[in-house]
Amino acid sequence: MNGAARPPAGLLVWLAGGAALALVLALTLGAVALVALRAEGAGALTTPDLRALRFTAWQAFLSAALSVLLAIPLARALARRRFPGRGLLVSLLGAPFLLPVIVAILGVIAIWGRSGWVNDGLGAIGAPRIDVYGLPGVLLAHVFFNLPLATRLILQGYAEIPAERWRLAAQLGIEGRALFRLLEAPMLRAVAPGAFALVFLICATSFAVALALGGGPRATTLELAIYQAMRFDFDLGRAALLAALQFALCLGLALLAAGLSAPAALGPGFGAAPERWDGRGGLARAADAALIALGALFLLSPLLAALLHGIPGLGAMGAGVWPAAGRSLIVALAAAALSLALAGALAGLIVALEARWAPAGRLTEALGLLTLAVSPFVAGVALFLALRPLISPVSAALPLIALVNALMALPYALRLLLPPLREAARDYGPLAASLGMGAGARLRLVWLPRLRRPLGFAGGVAAALAMGDLGVVALFSAPGAPTLPLYVYGLVSAHRLEAAGGAALLLAGLSFSLFAAFDAWGRARDPA
Amino acid sequence: MKTMNLAAAAFAFALAGGAAAQEKLVVYTYDSFVTEWGPAPKIEANFEAVCACDLEFVAAGDGAALLGRVQLEGAGTEADIVLGLDSNLVAAAAETGLFAPHGLTPETDAPGGWADPLFLPYDWGWFAFVYDKTRLAEAPSSFEALIEAPEDVTIVIQDPRSSSPGLGLLLWVKAAYGDRAPEIWEALAPRIVTVTKGWWEAYSLFLEGEAMMALSYTTSPAYHSIAEGDETKAAAMFDEGHYMQVEVAGMLKGTDQPELAARFMAFMLEEGFQSVIPETNWMYPAKTPPSGLPEGFAALPVPAKTLAFPPEEARAMREEALAEWLEALSQ
Amino acid sequence: MIRLEGAEARRGAFWLRADFALARGAHLSLIGPSGGGKSTLLNLIAGFVSLSAGRLLLDGREMGRAAPAERPVTMLFQEHNLFPHLDAAANVGLGIDPGLRLSPSDRARVAAALAEVGLEGLGARMPADLSGGQRQRVALARALLRDRPILLLDEPFAALGPAMRAEMLGLVAALREGRGMTVVMSTHDPDEARRAGGLASFVAEGEVSAPAPVSAVLDAPPPALAAYLGAQEIARSAAIRPAT
Repeated sequence: MNGAARPPAGLLVWLAGGAALALVLALTLGAVALVALRAEGAGALTTPDLRALRFTAWQAFLSAALSVLLAIPLARALARRRFPGRGLLVSLLGAPFLLPVIVAILGVIAIWGRSGWVNDGLGAIGAPRIDVYGLPGVLLAHVFFNLPLATRLILQGYAEIPAERWRLAAQLGIEGRALFRLLEAPMLRAVAPGAFALVFLICATSFAVALALGGGPRATTLELAIYQAMRFDFDLGRAALLAALQFALCLGLALLAAGLSAPAALGPGFGAAPERWDGRGGLARAADAALIALGALFLLSPLLAALLHGIPGLGAMGAGVWPAAGRSLIVALAAAALSLALAGALAGLIVALEARWAPAGRLTEALGLLTLAVSPFVAGVALFLALRPLISPVSAALPLIALVNALMALPYALRLLLPPLREAARDYGPLAASLGMGAGARLRLVWLPRLRRPLGFAGGVAAALAMGDLGVVALFSAPGAPTLPLYVYGLVSAHRLEAAGGAALLLAGLSFSLFAAFDAWGRARDPA
Repeated sequence: MKTMNLAAAAFAFALAGGAAAQEKLVVYTYDSFVTEWGPAPKIEANFEAVCACDLEFVAAGDGAALLGRVQLEGAGTEADIVLGLDSNLVAAAAETGLFAPHGLTPETDAPGGWADPLFLPYDWGWFAFVYDKTRLAEAPSSFEALIEAPEDVTIVIQDPRSSSPGLGLLLWVKAAYGDRAPEIWEALAPRIVTVTKGWWEAYSLFLEGEAMMALSYTTSPAYHSIAEGDETKAAAMFDEGHYMQVEVAGMLKGTDQPELAARFMAFMLEEGFQSVIPETNWMYPAKTPPSGLPEGFAALPVPAKTLAFPPEEARAMREEALAEWLEALSQ
Repeated sequence: MIRLEGAEARRGAFWLRADFALARGAHLSLIGPSGGGKSTLLNLIAGFVSLSAGRLLLDGREMGRAAPAERPVTMLFQEHNLFPHLDAAANVGLGIDPGLRLSPSDRARVAAALAEVGLEGLGARMPADLSGGQRQRVALARALLRDRPILLLDEPFAALGPAMRAEMLGLVAALREGRGMTVVMSTHDPDEARRAGGLASFVAEGEVSAPAPVSAVLDAPPPALAAYLGAQEIARSAAIRPAT
């Protein structure tokens, strides 16, 4: 960067980034430390804990590997094809990931379960039935959740390959494997490790899904052990120890991924919509069409089942559902705004650090993913302990829920914003500096327009996640003012499963609409 | 409301105006108790009509989280009463030293009676496997019959590490079979479609047809019958007897409203509280109100035998039973 | 040779019409204002813009629907002719094999091509470490190896200084003569067209005038071209380079 323009932009980057990092560390490592301090005596690990650690790591690794490996061909096909409904399909890729856990479980079971559509079909043709409960079920559900997320991340990578490179490749007749090696592999090298780490972390902290589809205690994850220690045994020492173990696993993986990922260095382009000339052959078209159709079927069938499941309950939701939805909407929007601000600040800090000493940037990047690795139970309890001497946590319930969810969504936003910010800083930082653009002008004129697509997607993810959150909410629920997920849970505990199904569908619908609105804003300047 | 600081208190006073003289009682309970379909709204109205006070229910998470919340807050808690502890948590709750004796010796209708200096029951129920009569013509009549039943008679249960019914089932098998429990679990393993985090997932999977039976309560069919007019659900009655869950409340030592709290504890077993329970919490009231049980409840089958461990014993048993369960189902 | 018969192309509201033929070995300069259609015409011939009506024949074969790589064409853009993450030699090598599987003799050819454009020994340089002129030379070296009979240049030297431009034009002329290539080059500098010699067409508002000897076009310009050239003269006298 040009020295003349550094002070105004630079100082802000360090201050904002430092504050964001401090907040992340406080809620992750700080939370575990606080819970450990509060505990009487250190916890001890048992044999089942070690078994849980092994299962957690193994299923998360497989889930992440499968999700990313399957996402590559799907994203590749989607990136080079234009067809009616493509925009909708790309938007719907955000949906599985945002479903309330129970809705997702029921959706997957409706397709793959013992009395699901697949087994009905197999039974009808006399084929042997399949039983998904066990590791296959866990992987199936996790891939259903995360394949779309990984696909979107990789699709964004494709969109960031400048149009000029595709044009040059087309002229030189670079196709198929050569094209993959030349343009796509470097991009994947930059994007895939981050996507893998993100999915790994999501799956490493999975609990209800892993248990329900895992068929029993063999599918015990660390998160279940933490929940048990926290909720049932009130053994804070053990909870802190297990949470630290979970951190170590996730941080190790995040560091590994950050180390593996190499910036793509595909250079700047004019930001024109990439037009593609490769893959015009019949075979390539047929293969892409088949891939997209299979992917859509795999992802949309459980969604459809979940939709059908929830519809009957829509009429029975009760009057309280609308104020609850309103509260959730406010929390979601606040969390999204906060999450983007935090991610932007942290990404700026990482880029600035990388310019000075690369390992510091890598470490910060890995730390930025950590909020995903913190158990919501531990974070919630720590926050409760920290805030109770100052304010009544219950009276500040909604702002706290927004804050915690903003931090929980931070890894997604960071993952999405960092690669393009890195490239924008490298390609346009000197120009901006030479023009003497201050921090505000850079943000408004360079970063925001260049990062519009990832900002939209990340904002949508953050909003939708905050909308559907139950984990953190529980400790801070204000009496008589439930958020929508809490309202759903209330219906469930009142045995009103049908109404709960309806309200869960409403929740999923609202989450998805919120996501789609953000996403549509982000993609408004994209080609059709 | 001891932790509320002075400024906030002054503000609250200004808002409350003339009504500030009213005494306030804070009751921590689990989430479902305070929903608009739960017991809280009616109980609040009924108690406030007789106490000239302000009763506030605070949802403090799910059942197991409730005790944790009070432990986190320690002696500085705003709560005067904690309502909703499972009988299996009573020993742990007593050990915290946060609860005060209630000083009452009421008669209850819970099988086996109840005598605990710190905690009073307000409702109870029997765990049971619920099935759909249209899908399963003949339900097994015991765990052993379930083991011997045709292959397609499957169950879905909750995890004892994350769910009260799950823990209840663990103790049920232990109470019925003692040292034979590991053997029973091993034999049951092929019948268990899956194990879920909580009641919702398990019951939903059952309703979706993934399993023939789900672990729930003998009172669950009453909900289907009364609230939905659905008569197809029934509880499988087991010859070994059914394990009982008792839900209790306790008064906190640090309460600044000891008299009001004691009045609430006494009120808990009166008609204004007990008559609300069956059709909101879907459990048996601890003391049957003079008006009797709703029709759907009266028609429910009653187990031949009630199984239950005293709180201390349940607590001592848990660790070992859990290890056996894990061992048997992790094969 | 290049033949456009009633060829039309649309890009949004812009509409280009072209109807002319160009013999093998000719040099055609496209002169005209920015946004007049020069780039669209070149992209149409290269295959990056599709034909909405009419025909395009290259070397006597109908090529209106062919993929860019199938056409006997190499196109040089003003920028972005190189992959920034590959070194100069690899960028040139792509002209031999798009998969970059190069034999030792291929590598020798790459080195020779680099030498031919005056970049001997610079094969290991990354594009970022090359000057603008050197980058265009690398692209030209690749064009040599691709050995396509038609070379399209889209204001390829607009970003270079006057001396460098003259040198690059000389290089292009040498290639054209040595290999019998047909060259179409867009420019908005009449001097560049004059120096390149050969034919010129005026391209403005989507219309392409028939190719005519460059001196004839520039010495007796039609009114629209005269107006454009006038603006150029004023711009030059004020010593301001027109924006590219």
